[in-house]
Amino acid sequence: MAKRSIIPFGPQHPVLPEPVHLDLVLEDETVVEAVPSIGYIHRGLEKLVEKKDFKQYVYIAERVCGICSCGHGMGYCESVEHVMGINVPPRAAYLRTIWIEMSRIHSHLLWLGLLADALGFESLFMESWRLREKILDMMDATTGGRIIFSVNCVGGVLKDITPEMLAEISRTVDEMEKEFAPIMETFLHDYSVQSRLCGLGVLTKDQAVMLGAVGPMLRASGVSYDVRMTGYAAYGDLSVEPITAADGDSYARCEVRLKELLQSFQLIREAIGKIPEGPIAVPVKGSPSGEYFMRIEQPRGEAIYYVKGNGTKNLDRFRLRTPTTSNIPPMLETVKGCQLADVPLLILTIDPCISCTER
Amino acid sequence: MECRNVIEPIAVQDFYQRVIRMKMEQWRLAQICAVRVEDGYEMSYSFCKDYDMVTLRLIVGLEEKISSITQIYPCAFLQENEGAELFGVQIESLDLDYHHKLYRIDKETPFKEKG
Repeated sequence: MAKRSIIPFGPQHPVLPEPVHLDLVLEDETVVEAVPSIGYIHRGLEKLVEKKDFKQYVYIAERVCGICSCGHGMGYCESVEHVMGINVPPRAAYLRTIWIEMSRIHSHLLWLGLLADALGFESLFMESWRLREKILDMMDATTGGRIIFSVNCVGGVLKDITPEMLAEISRTVDEMEKEFAPIMETFLHDYSVQSRLCGLGVLTKDQAVMLGAVGPMLRASGVSYDVRMTGYAAYGDLSVEPITAADGDSYARCEVRLKELLQSFQLIREAIGKIPEGPIAVPVKGSPSGEYFMRIEQPRGEAIYYVKGNGTKNLDRFRLRTPTTSNIPPMLETVKGCQLADVPLLILTIDPCISCTER
Repeated sequence: MECRNVIEPIAVQDFYQRVIRMKMEQWRLAQICAVRVEDGYEMSYSFCKDYDMVTLRLIVGLEEKISSITQIYPCAFLQENEGAELFGVQIESLDLDYHHKLYRIDKETPFKEKG
């Protein structure tokens, strides 16, 4: 009979940039169960909505997490705008779309670098992060910040992008796409990458749906669901199709993210080609009264923003259900049956963002 | 794309039957949210199917006990524990009950009181 033991994994671990802990129940080297513990960095940011003006709160929503910052600001603003019946100007919707696609590129390249690092493929890690610098430079040039850039406001955006800068972004995206081709080729076809990822941590289509998976984790199991299809911001005018893979393993999750990078390059180019002239914000009068559940597609998957206003400048409630919260239960399922040595890689394939999850 | 995004109030006695039906119809559990209202809590359980979202809204008294939906949707455990720990919602029969140890916080049920 196999020997049963419990191995503590985390909260500090080389593959984890943020703290999360798992109690891994093993039979010899095989994981039979995993019990998660989070809560090391809970900040109670949702509660602050009761003390801050609903317009000021955008800055707090953006600081829930560095990587998802732009999306959190946008998701919060769009939910408040729905409650208040505000239609943002079309140019603002396009600018939001360009910035959030830049964020997706930044996030996916960050993840690819971390994955390569976890595989011990140092040159691939450095190539991925070298390329990521280019999109961070574009964020810096258009907003003044490389990571957290406060551009969203209730009613539109705070900054415009000049036509010259839009042309520069377009050139940079073309350049990045060319440089990305060999990186993508390596991730998809290199033997050492395939041998670590193929067949590892399979999540079937039914499991993905019933365990509440979102984003690349869900799409890699063959479910065609991408919230951008609902047409928020400027996505209704752009050609978005969910990118899926069939196998549901770690390789499929990597493949989906790689292809989503190509899609983001294309979406930025398309948005730049179609962006209309006009104002970038509308004046906001009054305070929100009512409630709304807003969904947006963050790089890690569907995020849900709930706001409830009472007609005063302080909201009653702001709730953020992050993609990682939804992806933890399916991740626990994928580690069952795997070898202890594969656990770090499996945790990484959900692209966990603990800052977001703990809020 | 046109998609449904509705909030449906539901009584506690009809709630679990409805959740079972959602599960049988392949709705994905999207989120659980607790809101403190005057006499208790407003619990919102959102489910997604394709691009539609339906939120079931329960009104629960301050000391009223409700059953967990983890027997139906096991993935609900994190969000239900959060509701119990931050707001003090009395949730029974949680599949994985952290007993107020999900978050390492000093204050008990910090979101229960307003302000």
